[in-house]
Amino acid sequence: MTTEVVDMITVVVDGFEVSVPKGTLVIRAAEQLGIQIPRFCDHPLLEPVGACRQCLVDIEINGRAFPKPQASCTIPVEPGMIVKTQLTSPVAEKAQRGVMELLLINHPLDCPVCDKGGECPLQNQAMSNGQGETRFEGVKRTFQKPINISSQVLLDRERCVLCARCTRFSEQIASDPFITLNERGALQQVGIYENKPFESYFSGNTVQICPVGALTGAAYRFRARPFDLVSTPSACEHCASGCDMRTDVRRGKTLRRLAGDDATVNEEWNCDKGRWAFKYVTSVDRLTTPLVRNSAGELVAASWPEALAAAAKGLKAAKAAVLVGGRATYEDAYGYSKFARIALGTNDIDFRSRLSSNEEREFLAARVVGSTTTYVDIDRADHVLLVGFEPEEESPIVFLRINKQVRKRALKVTAIATKLSIGVEKLKGEFVKVAPGAEAGAIASQSLSAKSVILVGERAAESAGVLSAVAALADSSNAKIAWIPRRAGERGALEAGAIGNLLPGGRPVTDASARVDIGALWGVDSLPSAEGKSAEEIYAAVNAGEIGALLVGGVDPLDGDNSQGALAALDKAFVVSLEIASSAVTQRADVVLPVAAITEKSGSFLNWEGRPRAFDTAVQDSLNRSDLRILSMIAEEMGATVNLATVTSAVKEIASLGKWDGARVSMSKVSASAQPAVSGDQFILTSWRRLLDLGTLQQGEENLAGTARATVAVISPKRAGALGVVDGDKLKISTSLGSVTLNALVEDIHDDALWAPRNSRGSQLLVNLGVAHGAVVSVVKV
Amino acid sequence: MTKLTPVLSAHWDEKDSFTIEGYKRHGGYTASAKALAMDPDAIIQLVKDSGLRGRGGAGFPTGMKWGFIPQGDNREHYLVVNADESEPGTCKDTPLLMANPHVLIEGCIIACHAIRAKHAFIYIRGEVTHVVRRVNQAIEDAYKAGLLGNGIDVVLHIGAGAYICGEETALLDSLEGFRGQPRLRPPFPAIAGLYARPTVVNNVESIASVPAIIANGAEWYQSMGTEKSKGATLYSLSGHVNNPGQFEAPLGITLREILELSGGIRTGHTLKFWTPGGSSTPLFTAEHLDVPLDYEGVSAAGSLLGTKALQIFDETTCVVRAVLRWTEFYKHESCGKCTPCREGTWWLVQLLRDLEAGKGTEADLAKLLDLCDNIMGRSFCALGDGATSPITSSIKYFRDEYIAHITHGGCPFDPVASTLFAGAGA
Repeated sequence: MTTEVVDMITVVVDGFEVSVPKGTLVIRAAEQLGIQIPRFCDHPLLEPVGACRQCLVDIEINGRAFPKPQASCTIPVEPGMIVKTQLTSPVAEKAQRGVMELLLINHPLDCPVCDKGGECPLQNQAMSNGQGETRFEGVKRTFQKPINISSQVLLDRERCVLCARCTRFSEQIASDPFITLNERGALQQVGIYENKPFESYFSGNTVQICPVGALTGAAYRFRARPFDLVSTPSACEHCASGCDMRTDVRRGKTLRRLAGDDATVNEEWNCDKGRWAFKYVTSVDRLTTPLVRNSAGELVAASWPEALAAAAKGLKAAKAAVLVGGRATYEDAYGYSKFARIALGTNDIDFRSRLSSNEEREFLAARVVGSTTTYVDIDRADHVLLVGFEPEEESPIVFLRINKQVRKRALKVTAIATKLSIGVEKLKGEFVKVAPGAEAGAIASQSLSAKSVILVGERAAESAGVLSAVAALADSSNAKIAWIPRRAGERGALEAGAIGNLLPGGRPVTDASARVDIGALWGVDSLPSAEGKSAEEIYAAVNAGEIGALLVGGVDPLDGDNSQGALAALDKAFVVSLEIASSAVTQRADVVLPVAAITEKSGSFLNWEGRPRAFDTAVQDSLNRSDLRILSMIAEEMGATVNLATVTSAVKEIASLGKWDGARVSMSKVSASAQPAVSGDQFILTSWRRLLDLGTLQQGEENLAGTARATVAVISPKRAGALGVVDGDKLKISTSLGSVTLNALVEDIHDDALWAPRNSRGSQLLVNLGVAHGAVVSVVKV
Repeated sequence: MTKLTPVLSAHWDEKDSFTIEGYKRHGGYTASAKALAMDPDAIIQLVKDSGLRGRGGAGFPTGMKWGFIPQGDNREHYLVVNADESEPGTCKDTPLLMANPHVLIEGCIIACHAIRAKHAFIYIRGEVTHVVRRVNQAIEDAYKAGLLGNGIDVVLHIGAGAYICGEETALLDSLEGFRGQPRLRPPFPAIAGLYARPTVVNNVESIASVPAIIANGAEWYQSMGTEKSKGATLYSLSGHVNNPGQFEAPLGITLREILELSGGIRTGHTLKFWTPGGSSTPLFTAEHLDVPLDYEGVSAAGSLLGTKALQIFDETTCVVRAVLRWTEFYKHESCGKCTPCREGTWWLVQLLRDLEAGKGTEADLAKLLDLCDNIMGRSFCALGDGATSPITSSIKYFRDEYIAHITHGGCPFDPVASTLFAGAGA
């Protein structure tokens, strides 16, 4: 741990001394004393602008007074500084009251119908620092209202106080300068470009930091008054960034979610998916009652005792395995892990319901479980290497964090990728262009130091040898590794042992003392000792008749490599499905048990850092139970003791696990596969999921979908020239399984490669083509 | 009696004063040749010694400004000439550039050499296309003559018609291609100006004054003017006078002297009020005829020397109407960045319109003054301050006239009487 020496400066504010680090702004030094200077344009995470003039205070330095009040949000403290705020300076008080009055002359008195009413900095500060009556008797500025600056964000220009928080956020934090201030004087207004829509993954933050009701979210507008909402601190379930969140519920229904304030993780930001994708919880497909397949082969509603008995019977009758999706909470994943070992007596469990490999499983056990790389390592890194990872699309807060350092100190970023992405371009990253499947070869030549960080995405598992190369690079350079999966639950599931080679706490299943550890905790004599199968192997074993029953929780079988094989296995096996809504699994299941959605239960996720992100029950009156509770009930029915009736009991049990200081799983080196040669109409497919796409949890969010990036097929200029293709031409991309037809976009991509979004409108590669990365596809211009 | 001292304007009456030949005939470009042979620091010292102060309004010592540029920092430095002359009443740079654009170019060469800049940018207001053409021709001729292009380049940039772009940091934003709005200082332009490089921003007249200082020396320049306001400068006389125009005189001359030298107030009329330095400097009246028009003298009398734009208004003028017109200008030109200026000018115009139309009350005058107090010194830049000057000063000197509008139920003046066509008949 390095300690940073900080120069402290002592200043006097309203007669009280306060010592703050050098560079602190006066307005924040005052905050340290609990003195609130009113402000609008000031935001601690944005560069000072001094535009609104609301925070004027009197300042003198070593006896020399400024001739006029100064904006406390723009002036750093200096030794010998004496500050008099509105509390002690009549001049500052009048200046602030004057500015407040001016701010209100053109602001409509529509607080009773404004979304911001009740939680509005302008309303609040007009009460605390303004005057009750205006002296303005003239004509207010009016505008046509509202105008939508995107499908998600609406602008009521007459409410705007022109603080430029939104435009500064977009430029300084998101690097999406798609909104700007136009016109001048009182007619100045936020505007968008004619040909560049406000398509930012982070646009919702502008709504949240707007100090008035000028920017509102289309999905929330006119839905509720703040004082009718019950707010619960929560964590985001959409990705592994681990955003702190706030969920606002009225009468059992989530009406909005806001970014929470956690300086160590998301600061005060989140992405639009985290903010605006929550309707899936209340979708029409929600399961409300257990279902059991009757003798006629139909799924019919059943009582809980009936369904639990049927589930237990079926799981006992055959060799069973567990598939749990990457969205389970840490506690739920722990429940599945324990259930597999105790109730089913197997290590056949895998949380990776996506493209994965055994190389990855070894990598996770050898390098990732228990690792402690954090956001701070990014803050301090000398070089960030991205491998199989597009931060903006796959973990947006990681993107913001890298971007912050790129803007602040030109942090060096290198991306080993098949295609130059918008995100890497914004990070001014060095783009190491490789053919799909050839990523491993580019890794070894990177020169990193012990201060470097390698950010590895889950897609690294899609090319053989990549993770072996990453491990070797980390060993030779002492660089830190951080594995950043897309889904919120994967790191927790790994730590919980919801994978075939690990027990909870990173204990190898093949290690006898590890099994003794866990056996003692669980009160069982023995635990299965053979490494379990991966998800892909489990499906194959079902199809081969080796496994007869599956316990499936939150899995989309179409996310995997061999989706046809997965569906066949689900058709064949006895399937117990724990789900929130009707899915391809529940439709094939024999017993369906409805579970609580994220807002209906408490729990935690471990974000990519392994940092617990706990959340409370936001919707209090739900009858739905957590997976954990249901697993305990099935186990009881089976005569086994999982005994995790509540989330609290799981939390306690996990806390009592203790650290594993035995040997880790070692990793065997995997070499890269031979690259296929492509020519003519052949391309090697490459893809990733975009942040906003057809993901299950984004269903029903039309406003959000409106800012998704266009679905395109990207090929290189050279290949486009050979095929006579220009931007906008239709390309039909086929495999033996099927085809998709997409608009061509000629961009910086490896000549062998064709990139398409993995799961976007018109381009669901795993469903349509059966492949997503590294496979040869044929392409024709149509 | 102070005499006119034409330096900049010495040869404006010659037919070809704007050509390179006409300029060279009177020793043009010899000062730059002399300067290029000098040590840059010696030039800065000379300009410091001359006492030359910024002619754009603020009067900051030019040599000192140049001295702020960090030397030996291995970064590009820039000279930016502010030719965005937009203040109501201010009209000195436009005629100067029409009559003698080469003196500015020569000044640019000297200043660039002094501050170690390779590029000078002249930011000119877009409305004066005739001046743009003339300066462009002069730059082209200077290149042809080999005076530019040998390590020093001059680029003319045409503004898009915003008063705020005369504010030096807004000018830099505009020059960089952004919308012109003043920047937060620090950093000051001398540290991070154009493209975040050390930059000197000077007024046209300041830079144009340099060649003569190089040619004649600091002592010569110091011999003119007053103790702290050295040299000669252009006074722009306009309004109700018999002979409007540019009058170059030593700093410290009085309006009474200028009127005597120039031909006086419109015949048959008397002086009512005037601006010493454009519309954003507090008004003066006949009682200020003997105020020395230098930086200190005007300040001591409660106004600012500004751009020395002497707008003269005789007794036919309604001061409320004149102030309303100016205020409408400031409302139109407020950039919108800060609240006091943006919202304040919006409100001021409405109050003044009511007052002028006789719909105001005496309480409105108090409100108007309080509003000005809430704008003055509270705005981001000087535009907001300037907007209040005509209002507060006019109420100070002509409160009765405001009251007359209220009691009269409208303007008691015949607006035609103040026009040039007064008395011309229908």
